[in-house]
Amino acid sequence: MPAPEQHRIIFKHIDEPGYTNDIGCYLRNGGYEVLKKAVSRKPEELIEEVKKSGLRGRGGAGFPCGVKWGLVDRKSGKPIYLIVNADESEPGTFKDRYIMHQDPHQLIEGTMISCFANNVKQAYIYIRGEMPHGARILEKAIAEARAANFVGPNILGTGYSCEIFVHRGAGAYICGEETGLIESLEGKRANPRIKPPYFPAVLGLYQCPTIVNNVETLCHVKYIAEHGGAEYAKIGTPGNTGTRIFCVSGHVQRPGYYEFPAGTITMGQLLNDVCGGPLPGRKFKAVIPGGSSAKILRFGERFKGKRKVGTELVDYDWGVEDVPMDFDSLGMIGTMGGSGGVIVMDDTVNMVEALANINAFYSHESCGQCTPCREGSLWMKKITSRMVHGQARNEDAALLKSVADQIPGRTICAFGEACSWPTQSFIAKFGDEFKQYPETKKTAKPVDAVALV
Amino acid sequence: MIAPAKPDLVTVNIDGQEIAVPKGTNVIEAARLVNVDVPHYCYHPKLSVVGNCRMCLIEMGMPAVDPATKAPIMDPATGKQKINWIPRPQIGCGTNVSPGLHVKTTSPMVKDAREGVMEFLLINHPLDCPICDQAGECKLQEQATGYGRGYSRFVEQKNVKPKRTQLGPRVTLDDERCILCSRCIRFSKEIAKDDVLGFVDRGSYSTLTCYPGKKLENNYSLNTVDICPVGALTSTDFRFKMRVWFLKQTIAIDTESSVGANTVVWSREGTIYRITPRRNDEVNDTWLADSARVLYKAVKAVDRLAATETIEALVARAAALFQSAPGAIAVVGSGRSTVEEQFLTRHLATALKASAQLVSRVGQGDKLLISADRNPNVRGALVTGLIKTLPAQQLTDLATQIDAGKIKVVVAINEDLSVAGLTTAQLAKVSIVYLGAHANATSAAAKVVFPTLTVFEKSGAFVNQQFRIQKTLKAVPAAAGATDDLVVLAQLVVAAGGATLPAELAALWKAIAAEVPTLATMTFANLPENGLLLDATPFAALPFVEGETLHYKPAQPAVAAAIA
Ligand SMILES: Cc1cc2nc3c(=O)[nH]c(=O)nc-3n(C[C@H](O)[C@H](O)[C@H](O)COP(=O)(O)O)c2cc1C
Ligand code: SF4
Ligand code: SF4
Ligand code: FES
Repeated sequence: MPAPEQHRIIFKHIDEPGYTNDIGCYLRNGGYEVLKKAVSRKPEELIEEVKKSGLRGRGGAGFPCGVKWGLVDRKSGKPIYLIVNADESEPGTFKDRYIMHQDPHQLIEGTMISCFANNVKQAYIYIRGEMPHGARILEKAIAEARAANFVGPNILGTGYSCEIFVHRGAGAYICGEETGLIESLEGKRANPRIKPPYFPAVLGLYQCPTIVNNVETLCHVKYIAEHGGAEYAKIGTPGNTGTRIFCVSGHVQRPGYYEFPAGTITMGQLLNDVCGGPLPGRKFKAVIPGGSSAKILRFGERFKGKRKVGTELVDYDWGVEDVPMDFDSLGMIGTMGGSGGVIVMDDTVNMVEALANINAFYSHESCGQCTPCREGSLWMKKITSRMVHGQARNEDAALLKSVADQIPGRTICAFGEACSWPTQSFIAKFGDEFKQYPETKKTAKPVDAVALV
Repeated sequence: MIAPAKPDLVTVNIDGQEIAVPKGTNVIEAARLVNVDVPHYCYHPKLSVVGNCRMCLIEMGMPAVDPATKAPIMDPATGKQKINWIPRPQIGCGTNVSPGLHVKTTSPMVKDAREGVMEFLLINHPLDCPICDQAGECKLQEQATGYGRGYSRFVEQKNVKPKRTQLGPRVTLDDERCILCSRCIRFSKEIAKDDVLGFVDRGSYSTLTCYPGKKLENNYSLNTVDICPVGALTSTDFRFKMRVWFLKQTIAIDTESSVGANTVVWSREGTIYRITPRRNDEVNDTWLADSARVLYKAVKAVDRLAATETIEALVARAAALFQSAPGAIAVVGSGRSTVEEQFLTRHLATALKASAQLVSRVGQGDKLLISADRNPNVRGALVTGLIKTLPAQQLTDLATQIDAGKIKVVVAINEDLSVAGLTTAQLAKVSIVYLGAHANATSAAAKVVFPTLTVFEKSGAFVNQQFRIQKTLKAVPAAAGATDDLVVLAQLVVAAGGATLPAELAALWKAIAAEVPTLATMTFANLPENGLLLDATPFAALPFVEGETLHYKPAQPAVAAAIA
């Protein structure tokens, strides 16, 4: 079956020749019309539209956006804050950056609509520290929107006022975890908070109710406000509505970002038809479907079980190529859609070395608060680094697995899962390669091999 | 379903035992009440909960109810309500009780979680217990016994961190031993209100340090050493001096001020090595000022007085002085004496037909554990009837009377009269009988000197600012040449023509109970370790100088003039 056509609603103008990131261009393309209409509606109506749309968060967890907004404590009398999570740092993910660089007003419009819907008077865009260029673009865009009365006091004469501030992140992956982000925004180390009691919806920024949404999520909100929740829900598949942006990197002919109606494209279609298949003379070996923390899939493995289609349970028997790229299907086969970062590895990749690279990242990024993640992530890194650079032992695979098993479900934040899932899945699926590694090391490496961390 | 016992009590089930605990109690504390130990590192009952060590993971479940009808779902096998167990372990420190909460602390899931955390905590730990001061009272050692593997699977290089950082004048840090529990950071911020500690770097390389340009030098810095669960923070004074298991623990009271913080004195073979806080949730929680911890140095101070004559000879000389000046004798008692000593002092004054007075000692309160009244026992003097009004800082009346020749003999107990405003000439003009542990201008001018004991060498009671009577016990034997204050005082009472009173505590307390209404039903042995609140109403009108401190609010605003 050929791949469906791309359906770009969020990336509509990305890379469009002549499209610039200033407000003039945005307005010429119908910009801020949705906001103008939205502010004349009842906020509850907008929330209702988002609920109807079935929109799931694009930051990684796929949590229903309408439900999240519904959890916000609106009775406390405290101000409600909205934070745009623009910390995009999950390896393999590069979608939010393009929105901010090339179409910042789309984000600002989506943010303002979401603020209006939730009676938010102050919003923050927490942008990754390593994206100074994006921060400058956003600040300029906010200034433009402010000058045009789309942001700031008495927006469009409605009496509703709302400010947006750009806050540059502290240069750590953990600043993307929502409660770590909030701590960081408060000026502290980005140590994630324990939940309970610190659910952002109740005790978030400055102990006030807070909504944290991903950049892309808020752009979807704009589309929903424009077309209605029901209309949005028609895109994609039930439970996985709207479009998904895939950031494909690694060993394919055409890496890049692609936007498709959620659940309509399979892994095989995405990698072969859309991205042009493997590099000449190579074969796909493995793929990580949702950012580097998602569990890896091995080409050749099969997934069997029953799934719901409509109201019926039907059998499925999928190879990696057959898996539809939506939250639920990927979840069913033991991995996740995550942030949409699809990392492809072909038969030139040694899995021990690939894991060594991933482990180096996570051990470097653990905030260090809680014991299992802090110690486990570095231990796994030390093992895989030693295997690659020093002596690899036969028992290392079993040890790695055992260490990884002691982490998830026991930590303050989901980084515990993020740092242990790679090791767990690499060992589960490529255990043979780990066992053979002491032998493998004896064969010479290609001279142009990239240095390992 | 378990019905709540009382509106403010919540019934929970811990390892099969049911218990009603106050709302807001966390699982660690609730478990403690049924003698179930939930191992923990970062949790401290007096600090905010951060849940970072993950040692307290427990299995938790709630009674099942039908989502639609809210009716309990019963388990046919047991006939009881079904429990929905949460598939992931939860932290006991951060989980507050809720009605019907079920907790398992011994399940395989919990055991596995604890063992995992223990292993992780040890892989980068230097394991230098043989040279570590914490050994013997280290939570890591303790929990490793229960949950450690007994061998190491870790063959990599351990992290290297600074081994001996001086965080301040009294605290030395070994970063390699630190398990990053953040107790010390939270203490500094939340209790000492001196936010100087923090972590730098990330992950397993996180390192505790002082903020640039800052020092951990507040007067509560050593509490971080107490609460550090491992040997990372050590007392520079105590470092490498003694293994803790050789030390004898004796309960005592901080005599620096009228707060009366509860302490433990750690000694061996007559030498005190350290003083640490003793928990009293009504007085000092688990804290103690640094300044309270060096008081033991008074025991072996170079200026200790030692007698060159027998006590009988000294008493005879004092008796001669008493007889030489009937009606012209003054007694200066002390707010630093114990209740028992003050009781005997009152008898001495009565026997001598002398008026008794105290010297007030006032400083700035620190709002925590040091109050404005630097005498630990002014209220004891009120309760025993030694004084009726609050003392002044200067003995102005006494000075006038000496100048006028109306006073010829002064009995000074533990008070340096020169500090209380008497001039050298005035001291020279009278015959002084001095009781005290250390030499000073008064002992130098005295005709008769009774070397007595420091608080660490005797037992007795103090009444703190809350009118809480608390006892302190003898930690070390009396220094050579020094006599128990009670023995001296009892003999002086007889020398002054008074009744024979016991100098031994149990017997003396019979006399005290018989005479002092407020203490009527008490014995020394029965005084609970955490003290007993006395009836303060007879003294309610007195203008006490203390301002607010931890667990104390003045009945009336502190008198500004008294501080100035
Ligand atoms: C370790 C960690 C890192 C994360 N990093 C990001 C990030 O960079 N960007 C993001 O949008 N969400 C990130 N998240 C998810 C956020 O915590 C949060 O769920 C998300 O921002 C919610 O937005 P959404 O509901 O719109 O998806 C991260 C989560 C974890 C556990
Ligand atoms: S799981 Fe890791 S990143 Fe998250 S709070 Fe714990 S140590 Fe920090
Ligand atoms: S020094 Fe001690 S109290 Fe402070 S964080 Fe480390 S282990 Fe905890
Ligand atoms: S005691 Fe440390 S996590 Fe609970």
